Amino acid sequence: MFDTLSNRLGSVFDGLKRRGALKEADVSEAMREIRLALLDADVALPVVKSFIKEVKEKAVGEAVLKSVTPGQQVVKIVHDALVDMLGAESQGLNLLGEPPVAIMMVGLQGSGKTTSTAKIAKRLQEKERKKVLMASLDVARPAAQEQLAVLGEQVDVKTLPIVAGQQPVDIAKRAMQAGKLGGYDIVMLDTAGRLHIDEGLMDEVAAVKAVTNPQEILLVADSMTGQDAVTVADSFNQKMSLTGIVLTRIDGDARGGAALSMRKVANCPIKFLGTGEKMEEIEEFHADRLANRILGMGDVVSLVEKAQETIDEEEAEELAKKMQKGQFDLDDMAKQLKQMRKMGGMEGLMGMLPGVGKMKKQMAGAGIDDKMIVRQEAIISSMTKAERKNPKLIHAKRKQRIAAGSGTSVQEVNKILKQHQMMSKMMKKVSKLGEKGLMRSLGGMIPPNMMPPGGGFRR
Amino acid sequence: MSGGWFSKLKAGLSKSSNKLVGGITDVFTKRKLDDDALEELEDILIAGDLGPQTAIKLTEALAKNRYDKEISDEEVRTVLSEEITKILEPVAQPLEINKSHNPHIVLVVGVNGSGKTTTIGKLAKHYSESGLKVMMAAGDTFRAAAVEQLKIWGDRTGCSVVARDTGADAAGLAFDAIEQARNENADVLLIDTAGRLQNKKDLMAELEKVIRVIKKLAPDAPHDVLMVLDATVGQNAHSQVEIFRDTVGVTGLALTKLDGTAKGGVLVALAEKFALPVHVIGVGEQADDMRPFEANAYARSLMGLD
Ligand SMILES: Nc1nc2c(ncn2[C@@H]2O[C@H](COP(=O)(O)OP(=O)(O)OP(=O)(O)O)[C@@H](O)[C@H]2O)c(=O)[nH]1
Ligand SMILES: Nc1nc2c(ncn2[C@@H]2O[C@H](COP(=O)(O)OP(=O)(O)O)[C@@H](O)[C@H]2O)c(=O)[nH]1
Ligand SMILES: [Mg+2]
Ligand SMILES: [Mg+2]
Repeated sequence: MFDTLSNRLGSVFDGLKRRGALKEADVSEAMREIRLALLDADVALPVVKSFIKEVKEKAVGEAVLKSVTPGQQVVKIVHDALVDMLGAESQGLNLLGEPPVAIMMVGLQGSGKTTSTAKIAKRLQEKERKKVLMASLDVARPAAQEQLAVLGEQVDVKTLPIVAGQQPVDIAKRAMQAGKLGGYDIVMLDTAGRLHIDEGLMDEVAAVKAVTNPQEILLVADSMTGQDAVTVADSFNQKMSLTGIVLTRIDGDARGGAALSMRKVANCPIKFLGTGEKMEEIEEFHADRLANRILGMGDVVSLVEKAQETIDEEEAEELAKKMQKGQFDLDDMAKQLKQMRKMGGMEGLMGMLPGVGKMKKQMAGAGIDDKMIVRQEAIISSMTKAERKNPKLIHAKRKQRIAAGSGTSVQEVNKILKQHQMMSKMMKKVSKLGEKGLMRSLGGMIPPNMMPPGGGFRR
Repeated sequence: MSGGWFSKLKAGLSKSSNKLVGGITDVFTKRKLDDDALEELEDILIAGDLGPQTAIKLTEALAKNRYDKEISDEEVRTVLSEEITKILEPVAQPLEINKSHNPHIVLVVGVNGSGKTTTIGKLAKHYSESGLKVMMAAGDTFRAAAVEQLKIWGDRTGCSVVARDTGADAAGLAFDAIEQARNENADVLLIDTAGRLQNKKDLMAELEKVIRVIKKLAPDAPHDVLMVLDATVGQNAHSQVEIFRDTVGVTGLALTKLDGTAKGGVLVALAEKFALPVHVIGVGEQADDMRPFEANAYARSLMGLD
């Protein structure tokens, strides 16, 4: 497997940082790597070229050459250029106009239109208190209209009754009429997937636009799309003037370079990200986060948010205080393990941290995985209260009892004791750096030699 | 699947390759093959989703004996198509059904929306036209109306479909389907599965369970694990194929949606890396829109020759 874009940039900038002062040759070298990394991430070639040119010009500038930490400067320039290209602000839907306002979903076959239609309808109904009607104009894919009807029931949004044999333009007219008569605020039109070079079908979708006058025409595209993303986005945009992009399957491991490509050629904002198959799995787009992820700075924002959702603030504060004083006992360690599990385990956490790939390998090598977390929790829960408060009590015989009680081995018990020792030591060290309690406790989970390069870097 | 398939393939592929060919023509009409020319050529291949590594390799092969020589557009295309054919030829293999398996079980897997269900419909038509008794199993018990979708393909192709309600256990459905296929003496059983992203551990484990259950009834099955790839996919195809192969033992590939402008060029790198057979390609949404994968025709069409 290829390295992720994050790793690749991570290692380039790592090199730059080590070298200290930044020379023009360094920038060129970094740009070569960035070019390759962006291409491997499926950013379309023309977009890569203009991006590289822009960034290179900025990076070789004086400010960078004089700078004390050139690596960080370059990271910032690349990051800012990415954010710029992705469109800095997250933008909501335009729902102005006389109701019912039409929202039209278009895109290639299988890109996620129907699923996204239902997700957005659910959001509008629940979050914005809109009365929404959905209609499927897909007469091509077998059972497509049924699919939307089933989803409508799932999310409790009304769907236009299916009339067998009716064609898309007529369905659209009927939907708008039903929307008007039924006092709906919004009519969502799910269309059949079509190839951008299929003239007949492209004309059809343009005709639907003409009779419904939608406020929003959203291109639904798969984040796994390759170089063709530019062609697709450009063609759809030429034909119908897109107002936004929905990027689906961002829950996959694709590096999502297509987002950059489409954003650039269609010149309209990315409005939503599809993050899974379930109806609530949709998010607003944040350029900053995606740029961070691409750059190997990790999706720190998401990580923090997720942590806030799952971690009891007070508990975390208390833990942080204890750590500062070096009073980090095995009960605290158990709490931390539990928190980690809640946050999606190692896999979940690693996915959001910078320098992931490298670290994953190291962790696999060291036998650190989610099963290990569960076993460690079992070991700690087999200890007595006194033992957990004061690990020094645990001598050979007690170790045997604990191992038997947790279905593990004495070696494993030893390992966790050692790890605890190492962690409490490290906690004290890290706390001196004065970082926020949360990040400290997260950082503490990972032995120091496994910390990713640039992991502590903040913009 | 013979007769006229080539022209249809060309029709589809010529759309895909127009840009590619146009680009190559621009670069090489009576021109010296120097570094600039090679870089431009590399770019063109990259734009075709061949991936930077493969693009570099192919242009190097081209440069080997021709560096700094005058070279015509035709020659460039021929040499490149030959290089690509060399890579793809070994993987161009039909999906053959062994009647003695009774039934020959094909499990169809892939990421969401890649074209699994449609490909099953097309295969069902193809095999039943060649005289085999085909049965389909609606193993996507997750996605809304996926069962109904396959049932319609059953009606279209006149093949029977084993189904349970949405939400049922996919492995249990597969078990039932094998029993029923045996009872009815079917030659082929095509099992649909829900689309899943390869990085979802739990969903991949569910697929492993389907295979375990299949093996309870037929230890040598599934006889084929067909992975369906969408031609619009970029470099993520590497991760898809690698993980699906490692977890469920993919035995062959189908490449769909080649009727668009996407070139599916990543296939070249995949063939080198995984050497998995490529059985069929999809060139449209209808039952007839499937072709065998043929290396030379694919490579030449991709390069705009013939
Ligand atoms: N143009 C074109 N469209 C195709 C081709 N193969 C499939 N499709 C379309 O792509 C869409 C998705 O196809 P499905 O067969 O439902 O894909 P799937 O992999 O079963 O999808 P899920 O079950 O939702 O994961 C449908 O609209 C199909 O009609 C092809 O070769 N060319
Ligand atoms: N993992 C994941 N799957 C998605 C997402 N959006 C859609 N899907 C799946 O992709 C497949 C095709 O989606 P569908 O909405 O039918 O696509 P359409 O053909 O464009 O209408 C289905 O299996 C969906 O469950 C997403 O954001 N993440
Ligand atoms: Mg649909
Ligand atoms: Mg399907």
